[in-house]
Order: sequence, then C-alpha cells, then structure tokens
Amino acid sequence: MNLFIEQSLNGLAVGSIYALITLGLALVYGILGVLHVAHAGIYTVGAYIGYWVYVSTGSLMIAIVVSMIICAVLGVLIERFIYFPLLKFPPYVPLIGSIALFMGIEEFCRLVAGPSVQTFSLELPFPELEFLGIMVSPTLTGIFLISAMIFGILWFITTRTELGLAMRATSQDMDIASSVGINSHRVIDIIFILGSAIAAVAGILVGIYYNEVYPAMGTVPAYKALALIVVGGLGSVQGAVIAALLLGVAETLLIGYANIPLPRDALAFIAMIAVLLWRPQGLFSKGS
Amino acid sequence: MSSYVITVSIFIVIQAIVAYGLNIIVGYAGQISLGHAAFFGIGAYSAAILSTRAGLSFWLAIPLVIVITGGIGLILGLPSLRVKADFLAITTIGINFIVEAVFLYVPFFGGALGIGGIPRVTFMGTRLFGMNYLLLCLLCLGGVIVISWWFTKCWAGLACMALGEDETAASSMGISPVRFKLLAFVIGTSMAGLGGALYAHQMRFIAPSDFGFPVSVMILSLIVLGGMGTLWGPLLGAVILGALPELFRPFTEYRMLLYGVILLAMIRFQPSGLLGEDSFIRKIIRGRKDGIS
Repeated sequence: MNLFIEQSLNGLAVGSIYALITLGLALVYGILGVLHVAHAGIYTVGAYIGYWVYVSTGSLMIAIVVSMIICAVLGVLIERFIYFPLLKFPPYVPLIGSIALFMGIEEFCRLVAGPSVQTFSLELPFPELEFLGIMVSPTLTGIFLISAMIFGILWFITTRTELGLAMRATSQDMDIASSVGINSHRVIDIIFILGSAIAAVAGILVGIYYNEVYPAMGTVPAYKALALIVVGGLGSVQGAVIAALLLGVAETLLIGYANIPLPRDALAFIAMIAVLLWRPQGLFSKGS
Repeated sequence: MSSYVITVSIFIVIQAIVAYGLNIIVGYAGQISLGHAAFFGIGAYSAAILSTRAGLSFWLAIPLVIVITGGIGLILGLPSLRVKADFLAITTIGINFIVEAVFLYVPFFGGALGIGGIPRVTFMGTRLFGMNYLLLCLLCLGGVIVISWWFTKCWAGLACMALGEDETAASSMGISPVRFKLLAFVIGTSMAGLGGALYAHQMRFIAPSDFGFPVSVMILSLIVLGGMGTLWGPLLGAVILGALPELFRPFTEYRMLLYGVILLAMIRFQPSGLLGEDSFIRKIIRGRKDGIS
C-alpha cells in the first residue's frame, strides 16, 4: 500500500510538471488559437539556462529568476516575429512554423551545449516530509509546493484581477475586446510572458527531478502537451491541468503495475484519440 | 555517375514518392496530416515482412504492400471525418507516435532491432542495385506523378480539392466529404507505402526510428518548400532538401538546423511554397509572360 501511495505521489509530481508545461500551451491556444509546439523549446532553453546559472553562481533562486526572465523575452519575441504575422493564414501554417521553430531551438541547444546529457544533481531546499510511514523526498515536496504556488497565482490572476478579465475578453473576441479599450496586444504579450516563465520553471524542475538536462528533453513533452490540451478541452486551462495530473499518475502506475507492451509515451496519444472520437470538445469542457 | 550520387538520388526519389502521397492528402484534399511517416513505415515493414518471412518476391509483394498501406490509411483516415484543422494535425501526430510505438514494442516487428536481411529486388534473374534500382525508383516516381496529374484533372480529384477549399460549400453541392476525404487518404497513404517498400529494399535493414515523427515533419517540409498542392512542388522540394545537405557535406552537423530554418523562413515569408500561388518564382514567370504579350 505504501509503495502504491509513493508511486502515486511520484506520478503526481510528473503530472505537476506536465501541467506546468501544458499551462502555457493552453493559455496561448486560448488566446491566439495557435498550437505552440515551440513552447517545449522554451522549456528546454529554460532548463539549460537554469542549469548554467546554477552551476556558475551556485544559487538556485538566481538560476530560476534569470531563466524565467530570458524565457519570457524569448516567448514574446516568438509571438511578435512568428505567430502574430501568421495569424491571417489557416491554422496549420503557424503550427508548421512552430514545429520548425521547435526543431531549430532544439538543434541550437544541441550545437551550443553538445549532445550529451548534463547531470543536474541538486536537492531542492525543502524539508523531507513523513506521515504514516510514507516518505516524501525534498525534491517531491519542492515540486508540489512550487507547482501549487504557480497554479494558485495563475488562478488568482485569471479569475480575480482586471488583467484576468482582459485576458478572458481577449480570448473570446480580440476585436471586440480592443474596441472596449483593452490593449489586446499587451494582453497577448503578458500571456506569452507568463506561459514562457512557467515553462522555464518546469524545465528546471524536470532537470532536478530526473537529474539531467539534454537537448532533446523537450521532444516528448512537446507533443504530449498537445495531446493534453486536447484531452482537457482546447483552451481550457483547468481542464489541461487536471488532464496533465491524471496522465502523470496513470503513466507512473501503468509502468509500475501493468505489463503493457506500449511505452508510456504513447498513452497520452491513445487517450487523446479516444477522447477526440468520443467527446471532441474535451473531457472537462462544458460542451459546446 | 558514382555510386555515391546514385545512392543519394535513390533517397531523393523515394522521398519525392512519399511527398507526392502527402501532397494528395494535404495539398489537394486540404486535410493536414503530420503523421505521414507512419504510412511510409507501414509500407516498409509490410514489404520487409512479406519478403523475409513469407518469401514473396518484390513484384508479388508490392501490390499487397500498397493494399495493406492503403487499407490502414483508410482506417486511420477515419478521424479526419470527425476532427478538423488543428485537431486533425494533433491526431495525426498521435497516430505517428502510436504506430512507431507498435513497431518498437510488438515483438512481431522485431522491436528496437528492426528487421534485417531484406533481399534486393530481382528482375529477370538479375539483382537490381545502384543504377538499375534508381531506374526502378524513377519509374515508380513517374507513375506517382502521372497519378497526381490525373488526380488534378479527374472528377474525384476536383471533388477533393473543392472539399479542401470549403467543406460546407462543397458538401452542399452534393460532394460527399466522407467518400472523397477517405479517397484522398487511401491514395496518399498507398503512395507512402510504395515509397516505404522501395526504401526497405534499398536499405535492406529497417528500424522503428526510421519512421518517427521527425520524418513526417521532413516530408511535410518538402512539400511546404516546393509548394503545397502543386504538381512539381514535391519533386522540387525533395531535390532541394535532399541535395543541399550533400552539397554542404562539412555542415552535416547543421542538417536538422537547416531544415528547421528553411521551413520556418518559408512558412514565415512564403507560406505557399516555391511553386505555389503568388510565390516569387510564379511572379517572375508571370511577369515574363506579361512582358512578351
């Protein structure tokens, strides 16, 4: 039983990280209708910058802040120079652009940092918890606390502030939002800043959780996150988070207990195709 | 021609065949597919299994390979009836990952080790390789181009293009989206299957990673570069993207970066491709014609 709970907690940690990656994707899809595959590229860059800053300064706090700032700038640049001019084309055009950009970022990381795996060994500075004989390692505690904090802040921003109202208005209809005095372009910028900064945190947390940073670390999350926002209902942030947490737990438990001849990475897509055929508006959206 | 040039040409021709298949689905019928490498792989695996396990000759196996790939294309094309645009793109990515996973994890397909020992194609007792095999591939490419050309002229092809332009308008004119979308999928995936079979017999060893999602992106980038929905676009794209890395051998390291940058630049500045509507090449040609007349 204890093993089961520990496995579930591990799954929940993986799920939280998926959720952090998927958040940015869901936000961007909600507002621009672009499938932002290159988001996983930002996440890889975030992990690398976090790793380098940590190695050279020795401070995790500085590493996270620097990485968040650089990734936020990168996100806004991508939005300004690539997505915005492509919005007038059919949706597959920005999607292909995004995939190309993602390939470019990944290759760039490989050429700059080398193809080998860098070991990111570090314990997060959180206490080790123990209750009812179940040990929760400091890293897990850290991942849970940091992700919960980010979800909380994001939930507060989107539902309780004027900025959140502007974000929701812009995602419903950009032109009408502009006509009532919302600077929709700035709202889009803010969404890219938020999403990319969160992706940077996700990258660093993944690096610490698996103790490794490597150029192709974004490949699987890139497409899995696409599947997750479909399962959660395109554009629904809560749905995407719930789907991500469920997937993390399901994957970890399946690897631990069931002997399925399919790899864990295919699970997200199988779930996605099932959802698309059975409930195309997504599991958690209120129907259309 | 040196055997090096011949080998490179064979791969370019095979890629062009597969790209023509994708062009039917994406370019003509307007159904975005990002999982075309799955069908390339299904073709290669069925050719490999039929020739190594069942002992069929290439000529007997090839119709079967095309039927198998087209049949699976029909089944996996079914989601296209339900989902559109973005959703279809993600679904086809998913199909690619799942098919690759099946090759990798089902022991029948050889797992991570793949399938080796695929015999060369024999014709009238001689084994085809090098120049002869290139001729065979070119012959297949010719066939594929003729079918593509015929597709743009025949009623079914026009129906597909109408669906690609505007599904609601087309179906109100009595064009069945179900029939013609699936038709495009079957033709397109069969071509990928043919390319896969040629690939298997050229490589003589295939592994799941040869047919992963990056290969789908590469095939798509060929037709985006050449011009989606044009007759010569896929061939032009295959020649350019196939020959460039060979011409710049010292930059092999940067091959994928080059693909990414070319694709991004094309999409950003010329989304219709080199030969597409209002591309700069078209404008130059049209400008000259206007100048003469």
